[in-house]
Amino acid sequence: MIKTESFYDTPSPAGLTGIRAWLLTHDHKRLGLMYMWAILFWFVIAMLCGLLLRTELMSQGKTIMGPELYNSLFTLHGVIMVFLFVIPAIPAIFGNFFLPIQLGTDDVFFPRLNLFSWYLFMFGGLLALISLFSGEGFPDTGWTFYVPFSVEVNTNVSLTVMAAFTLGMSSMLTGLNFITTFHRMRDKQMGLMQIPLFTWSLYATAWVQILATPVISITLVLVVVERLFSVGLFDPDKGGDPILYQHLFWMYSHPAVYIMILPGMGVISEIIPVFSRKSIFGYKAIVWSSMGIAVAGSLVWAHHMYTSGMSDVSVFFFSLLTFLVAIPSAVKVFSWVATMYKGSIEMTPPLLLSLIFIYLFSIGGLTGLVLGAVGPDIHVHDTHFVVSHFHFVMFGGTGFAFFAALHFWWPKMFGIMYDFKKAYIGSILTAIGFLFHYIPMFILGMQGMPRRYYDYLPKYETGNFLAGFGAYLLCIGILIMFANLFMSFRQREPASSNPWGGTTLEWTVPSPPPLHNFVDKPQVMEFPYDFSEIAAQVKRGER
Amino acid sequence: MDSQENNHILSYTKLAIILGILLILTGITVAVSYRDLGFFNVPMALAIACTKVTFVLLFFMHLKYEGPIINLSFIGTISFLFIMIGFTFWDVAFR
Ligand code: HEM
Ligand SMILES: [Cu+2]
Repeated sequence: MIKTESFYDTPSPAGLTGIRAWLLTHDHKRLGLMYMWAILFWFVIAMLCGLLLRTELMSQGKTIMGPELYNSLFTLHGVIMVFLFVIPAIPAIFGNFFLPIQLGTDDVFFPRLNLFSWYLFMFGGLLALISLFSGEGFPDTGWTFYVPFSVEVNTNVSLTVMAAFTLGMSSMLTGLNFITTFHRMRDKQMGLMQIPLFTWSLYATAWVQILATPVISITLVLVVVERLFSVGLFDPDKGGDPILYQHLFWMYSHPAVYIMILPGMGVISEIIPVFSRKSIFGYKAIVWSSMGIAVAGSLVWAHHMYTSGMSDVSVFFFSLLTFLVAIPSAVKVFSWVATMYKGSIEMTPPLLLSLIFIYLFSIGGLTGLVLGAVGPDIHVHDTHFVVSHFHFVMFGGTGFAFFAALHFWWPKMFGIMYDFKKAYIGSILTAIGFLFHYIPMFILGMQGMPRRYYDYLPKYETGNFLAGFGAYLLCIGILIMFANLFMSFRQREPASSNPWGGTTLEWTVPSPPPLHNFVDKPQVMEFPYDFSEIAAQVKRGER
Repeated sequence: MDSQENNHILSYTKLAIILGILLILTGITVAVSYRDLGFFNVPMALAIACTKVTFVLLFFMHLKYEGPIINLSFIGTISFLFIMIGFTFWDVAFR
């Protein structure tokens, strides 16, 4: 292969140098990396907040902080994790970097808008920071901003919700870019059923981003309006309806959980076939289940409100609908497992992380059904059971998919390979810590320990201590994993263009890719997961 | 590409006809508002408004000349909104 200059050496627009080549770039790959640094920064901050919360709960009574600070810290933890990490992580980093390449094109449809989304993201993060220090104390509403508390409290909730508003704009514009790129820039030879599954999942996600995000934007603006003018939309004394807020909030925030998980599922659908050297099982079923999740997932929001006082008819109806969503999710899990069946499996860090994902996500999804059924939910609603459920799906699911994506695409993004052994140690420690952290929380929840309290009854002490121990293991594991990745910048062990034996288009271009991604015209395969060529190479001993 | 680019330009006469229809419908809205139709007051007003919106979307906003992707996207968006509002009202109705 002729040596080509990578995108690191060719700024776009041409002529920019130094830091300006990054801050003013239109290149989707540079933007993906810029998102990466920003998102990793927020992730580490929020992780440390979480660790402090857990440390407080490790023993009964006041340990390291009082109730006010505890409330602010879980708000900060939740807001950052949700709006600045899980929602943007996979689409903004890996979506930006790989969606155009997987579609066989040189950039997204609106490159400047892409840059603008990045600035909105940074600005939203900045607003969130300012809101901490500009009211009477740190905001302590929780990431859900429920009325009437969020309207009455004297902290600067207005600014915090405007931060979420801005981040929502950024998310919508990214979604818009992906949809238009998908339809307008795709390589002419690539039919709909030849598109890689990661890109399909981003497409489904993008629709949810565009349709659901405006709902939360409007809702957050209403909170600000209420705070400034007390119109009474959510105030029964003035003819308003407090449950309306919860409807509006969950109309976005339930679909948002699919904004979080769908791209993660897309990552897993890429990794499993590559390391099984076997075509993905049920390609079309996975595509349809992505779209099915996007649609069905938009119809179940009120399962967060069974105890809110809404009508029994709705409770019944939303419970029924909730069970429907589990079907497309299960289709995917079965497809991944069936893909590995009789494959020629090669263990690598991305595959290990994907397997952990499948395990943890399944627990998360199945406990979701416990919560989706009204009877048990009334018992465990607002307890640690719910906290554990959503951490299994958001962290065990999306979080681990994010780690898997980092390890899978790292050699492509930077052209270097990391150390496997340390990656395994980090991943395994993270997984063990995770189980120690969250399994006790299921039990605590069933025993009745409420969420969002800084203290508890003596009978919950053992569980909380175990969870705290798990949290420390978990954080150490994550730090090892990150440290190992960063060490690869020092060792600079070069990675080939196709280190894993992948078949999608990003593995046909150099690592790191050149500015316009493709040196030669992309060769679109009949079916994106055809491993016959790779298997032949293995047989000939070339791989 | 699944939807081809076509720059459809509408003639002034056609635009004027649509404008005329819209104005007439506005007139009907005003006229109807003077009659008390009982239960049908709101459905009637909404029906006329929807007809007008349809004309605007189809002709002024060129939906009639777009490919299936744009049309599907549009219909999807509207159904989404419809469900969101519908389900919420439904809850209130049974409380
Ligand atoms: C497989 C299907 C799933 C079902 C049936 C399900 C069901 C539920 C239910 C019924 C609740 C409300 C519990 C309560 O408050 O009493 C809940 C909470 C939650 N779920 Fe899921 N879930 C599923 C998957 C997911 C996924 C994939 C994610 C995210 C990636 C997720 C994230 C959350 C979050 C964040 C909450 C709690 C929100 C809060 O109160 O702060 N869920 N889930
Ligand atoms: Cu939900």
